[in-house]
Amino acid sequence: MEPMAILSIFVLAVFVGFEVVSKVSSTLHTPLMSGANAIHGVILVGAIIVADHSSTNLELGLATAAIVLATINMVGGFVVTDRMLEMFKGKKK
Amino acid sequence: MSRTLYDLIGLAAGIAFILALKGLSHPKTARRGNLIGAFGATLATLVVFFYVSPESSLPLNNLGWILGAIFIGLVIGVPAARKVQMTQMPQLVALFNGVGGGAAALVAIVEYLHLGTKATTAEVIFTVFTVIVGCVSFSGSIITFMKLQELMTTRPVIFPAGRLIIAATLVSVIGVGGWVVVALGTTPLLILAGLSLLFGVLFVLPVGGADVPIVISLLNAFTGLTVAASGYVLDSVLLIIAGTLVGASGTILTRLMAEAMGRSLFGTLFGAFTAKPQDTGGAAEDRPVRSGSPDDVAILLNYARRVVIVPGFGLAVAQAQHTVRELADLMISKGVDVAYGIHPVAGRMPGHMNVLLAEASVPYDQLEEMDEINPTFSQTDVAIVIGANDVVNPAAENTPGCPIYGMPILQVSNAANVIFLKRSMRPGFAGIENELLYEPKTMLLFGDAKASLTKVVSALKTL
Repeated sequence: MEPMAILSIFVLAVFVGFEVVSKVSSTLHTPLMSGANAIHGVILVGAIIVADHSSTNLELGLATAAIVLATINMVGGFVVTDRMLEMFKGKKK
Repeated sequence: MSRTLYDLIGLAAGIAFILALKGLSHPKTARRGNLIGAFGATLATLVVFFYVSPESSLPLNNLGWILGAIFIGLVIGVPAARKVQMTQMPQLVALFNGVGGGAAALVAIVEYLHLGTKATTAEVIFTVFTVIVGCVSFSGSIITFMKLQELMTTRPVIFPAGRLIIAATLVSVIGVGGWVVVALGTTPLLILAGLSLLFGVLFVLPVGGADVPIVISLLNAFTGLTVAASGYVLDSVLLIIAGTLVGASGTILTRLMAEAMGRSLFGTLFGAFTAKPQDTGGAAEDRPVRSGSPDDVAILLNYARRVVIVPGFGLAVAQAQHTVRELADLMISKGVDVAYGIHPVAGRMPGHMNVLLAEASVPYDQLEEMDEINPTFSQTDVAIVIGANDVVNPAAENTPGCPIYGMPILQVSNAANVIFLKRSMRPGFAGIENELLYEPKTMLLFGDAKASLTKVVSALKTL
């Protein structure tokens, strides 16, 4: 891809990232951190891509380990965030 | 599936992540936000299985390995997330962040081995970046996990010539990184990974226990950036968007957390090197304190007009959130004005207490934030501090040079009476003596918070 296109995507994403969390109450700091943590679990996509084109046993072994770790990050992250937020349910009455 | 469709679905997942972060910033939409994020991540993962890149074919190569590895990840990750106690959530988040960083570093190494000499200089630079930061995030998170799980000391670990060793490690990391870019070898890359792991450990060791959440948040942002860098190497717009979003929002969040604790980010990360050993004074242990019985506490509460409950990590450890609510309800039924004073960083993570009390269905309007509650302490008859210490320690206001100096605290010392429910005279997570414990208006009730509260409740019922 064009370096300029990538740079544009990067810079715009930085601004969006700054904007969406600029005003957040301290109550939500932990769930927000946990949710963001789960989102970077999409490195799973990268791990699958490299596993697909692994040609040696070393590559495949490392890629498989990466998939295990990334899955734990992604799935565990969303589940634990949901559990934290579940606790907040009661307060809306 | 065509490249265009693949990229469009990736874009949809990227939008889902933006909506997820936006949702997570507001209490009402937080849970939905998280689900949107999970949906985006699932979508992004599924679509990879149907896209044929120019150099591969369907079904994916090594499909059995891929599915097997995902299965193992699910079997480890889901039960861990479901079964974890509320008290241990911060460590789990740290661990999840660490494995994410490790995954990013591994992906970068595999892609580097695969590309070999075909890699462009830009790709090698991004690979080096991912390996360094991913490894630092991995080993650093493991150390934060061990600190929070109390598998190791929670105090800053400072060793002789620590500053020199850390600086030397950093210089060698950068040097070896440059070597990889120039020489393009597998061995230098593995040396780089090893040095980066070491740097991660050295970087987190000097951080004091109370500051660990800030470091987790920072490492979380780091991992995000590694994912973005991987996106460049793997030509995936989705990874660039998702990683950058987490990197940027994580940086802001880290700053917000540091502000809530009244710390500068710089001070948190490097403070341990400049801090003098604190004069906690060994003799302090021998000074007299006033300890009371559950009946004494019940009598004090029975005749109070206004009581403020200050929960801390001890409440979480004892799982006493339901009992404390029972006590509060009982007091309210006796006409006592009850409020909870919530310090933003009470517990092991910002918002920890809100989550815990919400679990016990404590009405939200009884929870008051620090700025609201502090002016009311002078009209408060009794402040009950349950398993909290550092967040009420006046040393933060009047002892320059102590590790928590400058952190805003709940000014319980302004209340007419202060009751501490504590397990022992051990100082709090930050390891600093609390002068408030020795004041004449303070009464201590030793024991497990839940057991003590249960006794106070039954004593109060008979009055």
